[in-house]
Amino acid sequence: MNKKVYRSEKLFNGIVNVILGICGLLALYPLIFVVSASISDPTAVNSGKVVLWPVGFNIKGYKAILKSKWITTGYRNSLFYTVAGTAINVSATLMAGYALSRKDLYGRKLITLFMMFTMWFSGGIITTYLVVNKIGLYNKWYTLIVMGLISVYNVIITRSFMSGSIPLELQEAARIDGCSDFQIFGRLILPLSKPVIAILCLYYGLGHWNSYFNALIYLKDKNLQPLQIFLREILVQNEAVNMSSDALDTMIERAMMAQTMKYSLIVVASLPMLIIYPFLQKFFVKGVMIGSVKG
Amino acid sequence: MQKQNKFLRGIRHSWQLYVLLIPALAYLLIFHYAPLYGIQIAFRDYNPGLGFTKSPFVGLKHFAYFMRSPQFVTLIRNTIILNVLRLAFCFPIPIFLALALNEASNARFQKLVQNLTYAPHFISTVVLCGMIVSFTSPTTGIINTFIQAFGGKPIDFMGQEGWFRPIYILSDMWKDTGWSSIIYLAALAGIDPSLHEAAQIDGASRFQRILYINIPGIASTIIILLIMEFGKMMSLGFEKVYLLQNSLNLPVSEVISTYVYKTGLLGAKFSYTTAIDVFNSVINCTLLLIVNKISSKVSETSLF
Repeated sequence: MNKKVYRSEKLFNGIVNVILGICGLLALYPLIFVVSASISDPTAVNSGKVVLWPVGFNIKGYKAILKSKWITTGYRNSLFYTVAGTAINVSATLMAGYALSRKDLYGRKLITLFMMFTMWFSGGIITTYLVVNKIGLYNKWYTLIVMGLISVYNVIITRSFMSGSIPLELQEAARIDGCSDFQIFGRLILPLSKPVIAILCLYYGLGHWNSYFNALIYLKDKNLQPLQIFLREILVQNEAVNMSSDALDTMIERAMMAQTMKYSLIVVASLPMLIIYPFLQKFFVKGVMIGSVKG
Repeated sequence: MQKQNKFLRGIRHSWQLYVLLIPALAYLLIFHYAPLYGIQIAFRDYNPGLGFTKSPFVGLKHFAYFMRSPQFVTLIRNTIILNVLRLAFCFPIPIFLALALNEASNARFQKLVQNLTYAPHFISTVVLCGMIVSFTSPTTGIINTFIQAFGGKPIDFMGQEGWFRPIYILSDMWKDTGWSSIIYLAALAGIDPSLHEAAQIDGASRFQRILYINIPGIASTIIILLIMEFGKMMSLGFEKVYLLQNSLNLPVSEVISTYVYKTGLLGAKFSYTTAIDVFNSVINCTLLLIVNKISSKVSETSLF
């Protein structure tokens, strides 16, 4: 390789790395700042001394959050909606995805069309709200679990995965051995579908944990609200965290703590997702790729 | 007779699969098709006692009312401007990021940057808006700390309507640029390596190879996603706009979806707002079809 080409190659790599480095830092900085501010001295946070790393050390913000009744209620509700909702979502999606992956399903085209149609046309929030009210689903503990039972997009991902990576011969062999469709699904397909199950759990789980809209519209009872609703009140609408008086000593300290507490709250609310994310990131990516093959 | 037999045989053959489909189909029927059937109240004066089909028919009254209302122009303008800005700024950046990631010479560095840029996607919209409110605070916000450090005067970002759109676009970029780049990376990975080998032998530089191999290689992916973006033009994500709204930025932040929510659900004007929803869907559909048509003429890539 001659010298000129070598130098331009080096320059090119340098530029690419600088661009990528900047992108990475821009994505990372707000996250680091939030964590740092959440454990810093409140005075330093309020006076703008915290820029990157923590200044001083203080976990009163976290303590105050754990003592707030509504935050713990919301946290518990969100955990319940996420776990129960995801379990039901994933089951329904796997069942539908498997049925659609079978080329011998009678009326397959029609059923697929019936599903895909809803991706493009919907009734809008008003008529959906009226229907939900009519069937008595408004403000129930299971409302958020039933709403959004399946996403058609995820059914299609599942279908593509099952028809693409599970050999048809296996199913044929099982049928000759006298397995029913239920048995084939339960004993053969499910154990082979672990990657797509992981993807579905993550997609639905993330959706439930971060979801806010359905709770805003369909839940009225404060005891049923998920965490995101309380987060909105505190983080966006600046309502004071309702806490017991022994958590913080004086009014002044309370006012000082407001900002630190918000950052602690952001960390606590995002923690479940940010903890599992690095481990499962490759599954998410795989999901996007399966989805993009047959968009 | 023969036809009926085939039908019955088909049903009997697939009945177990139908059982597996029941939850999904019942869900779609109740939560998608029933509301779709309900949009006829856009042409009626909805009365809860009479229901979707028996409420009195009023024709296009609600549509006419919406088009003559003082909010009409503002709502359409705000919705379109925000979406056009999003399309102009948030759509191309992930493509550049994917192209750059694809050129990274060190695999571990590439993985690291990928992981860092995907991370914000996992933060909820509510938390994102909470971060925005805290960061932009004129007294304690980190952004104003920087502005003051460089000798500027603190800016009340959330209190000025002029800042609403930049905040919306920039935070969207932060949250989803990395995530949106995945699909382009997948498309780049699918480009035939022999093209690059041939170009290298012909003396093409890295930059030329991006320009003449990589970009054309992912063009059809870009076009498909662009068409889909146009199809969503009028139905902008409700959550974030609603969360960032306040009385000060309302003149630019009131969009169709937030207006429908407030007037329809909170104000109980069901028929009127359903008419707005229908109006919206018709525009979305028309846009999708037009862009799809243009694209199939110009680039021979289309959705359907």
